[in-house]
Amino acid sequence: MFHRECGVLKTTYQADMGLFPLPIARWAIGLVAVVFFAIVPLGLDPYFLSIANLVWIACIGALGLNILVGYTGQVSIGHGAFMSVGAYTAANLATRLDSPWPVNLLAGGIMAALVGAVVGIPSLRIKGLYLAIATLAGQFIIEWIINHVTFISGGVQASIEVARPRLFGLVLDSQRDMYYFLLFFVVLATIGTMNLVRSRVGRAFIAIRDQDIAAEIIGINIFRYKLLAFAISSFYAGATGVLYTYFLGIANYEQFQLGVSIDYLAMIIIGGLGSVQGSIFGAFFITLLPIVIRRVMEAFGGVFFEPQTVLNLIPNLRVMLFGVLIIFFLIVEPEGLNRLWRNIRNYFRVWPFAY
Amino acid sequence: MSDELGFFFLLVSNGILVGLMYALIALGFVLVYKATDAVNFAQGEFVLLAGLLAAAALDVWGAPLWVAVVTGLVGMILFGFFLERVMLRRLIGRPVIAVVMATIGLASILRGIGPATVGAGTRTIPLPIPDEPIVLGPLFIPPIQLLGGVVSLLFLSGFGWFFLKSRKGIAMRAIADNQQVAMAMGINVERYFGLAWAMTGVVSALGGIIWGNLIGVDINLSLVGLKVFPVVILGGLDSIPGAVIGGLIVGLVENVTAGYVDPYVGGGTKDFAPYVLMILALMVRPYGIFGKKIIERI
Repeated sequence: MFHRECGVLKTTYQADMGLFPLPIARWAIGLVAVVFFAIVPLGLDPYFLSIANLVWIACIGALGLNILVGYTGQVSIGHGAFMSVGAYTAANLATRLDSPWPVNLLAGGIMAALVGAVVGIPSLRIKGLYLAIATLAGQFIIEWIINHVTFISGGVQASIEVARPRLFGLVLDSQRDMYYFLLFFVVLATIGTMNLVRSRVGRAFIAIRDQDIAAEIIGINIFRYKLLAFAISSFYAGATGVLYTYFLGIANYEQFQLGVSIDYLAMIIIGGLGSVQGSIFGAFFITLLPIVIRRVMEAFGGVFFEPQTVLNLIPNLRVMLFGVLIIFFLIVEPEGLNRLWRNIRNYFRVWPFAY
Repeated sequence: MSDELGFFFLLVSNGILVGLMYALIALGFVLVYKATDAVNFAQGEFVLLAGLLAAAALDVWGAPLWVAVVTGLVGMILFGFFLERVMLRRLIGRPVIAVVMATIGLASILRGIGPATVGAGTRTIPLPIPDEPIVLGPLFIPPIQLLGGVVSLLFLSGFGWFFLKSRKGIAMRAIADNQQVAMAMGINVERYFGLAWAMTGVVSALGGIIWGNLIGVDINLSLVGLKVFPVVILGGLDSIPGAVIGGLIVGLVENVTAGYVDPYVGGGTKDFAPYVLMILALMVRPYGIFGKKIIERI
């Protein structure tokens, strides 16, 4: 409705490259910012805020995975393990050296980036399915190492407690504090990704995704950029793991198993591969899905089933619906929620004069 | 014979039999990949579904064993055709990640369907074979594993023959080689895709019954599917002899490493060693021992 290009004249290259070229987009961003910085944190109670926090954590991980899968075209089924690398690095630093959280966050991210780059080395020779399976192997191997090396995990199936992060002498204790803490990083990650994908590096990633041999011929060093994609993506994953650890207060390898890797893949597929907005849509969708299912079943399930059946049905329904949605989006709308959003926007762009 | 050597032979014999049973599951994966170029990340869940069908027929309807086996087989064949028609056909020509994720989604559905309909408890599939292991010197061979090994070998050679000699098998190989040319030669490609999925269903049904008897039918049965990847990568994704060799290697490696390394590191090597081996193999021969090398052009 308001989304019109009419009368928007760009007179400089800078204006042409702007992230938000239309005034309406700047307004919308302002509105979104007001909603998420003021209305949501002040209006919701701690339970819903904790859900919102989970969404923010998922956003960062999904953005990172989308850089690798959506923009560079390299499949990774090992992101859960990269997150655990970040989480355990931070947890060990925090408990052994008592280092502050910014150090831990960076260290966790860098450690995950290194591990991710190592796991990405096979991507030079193999691609597609083989790479998917190689990263799956990476997931299992990293998980096993973390679980079995006592120095890292503190024993088989143990978890490490981490103190709450402190900022300027304040302990970020409540869900609301965590909300702002996480939101800051979501904004950082979003702006970082948006700028990354329109930079030289991002264009190289996209060239590799579209035709890797052609990209090599026009002078892109494929090996370097593939490893860079793995490293950047794993850095995001590591940071996600660290933030999740601070959010939960413990680092536990069970939080980062294969299912997590698959959840994140589902986020970017349902949200939209190769799109920043899509990653965020997907993170919202996949994180909120189980909660919505539980609420709906608790409210209406009793109408159709016995109470016992409802309790049994909720986790299974979640798993099944998750699968159905992935398949549905892959078949019906391969470009995901982002595409749906664009369709709606384009419809209203010329509304009511569609012709 | 010393105890040391006896222990080693025990691990090896166990590894070979388990390896053959892995090869049976991997065969399901290879069949589909060979014919349709689709990768099935839900292979373990296929096995789970087949096991569930048979076990539910036994438990819920009280059917005799042969009816349960037939239920499993027929159910999986129908499921194979149905799946191809509803899901896989629409994904032809899409990037690998799309098919991978679609089958992961399918796996998710199949994991939920059992507990939601017939309950989450562990079910058994009792087969009329003795429980006591056959003792041959230092070796203890459980009859079920022997049966599994024999069935695997039968099917592997059967499908080997099918692809080499039969008309349908040759048509499938033609499709795998080049879909467009195969279509031009008058091969009904879509029907063969359905057939390939149905054949995977048959293999999974047998796998489900044998593995179901061995470890019980519950959600953990689908974990067998995770062993498929090292097997097929080692052997080559589109090679039936490769599935056998890969299965044997994985079976041997996991049993021998588990036997010797587990006591020192506190368990879990079984699931871990095949993947390490697989990564090493990928570095040396990216297309497996028997797999075809893909030459890419722009």
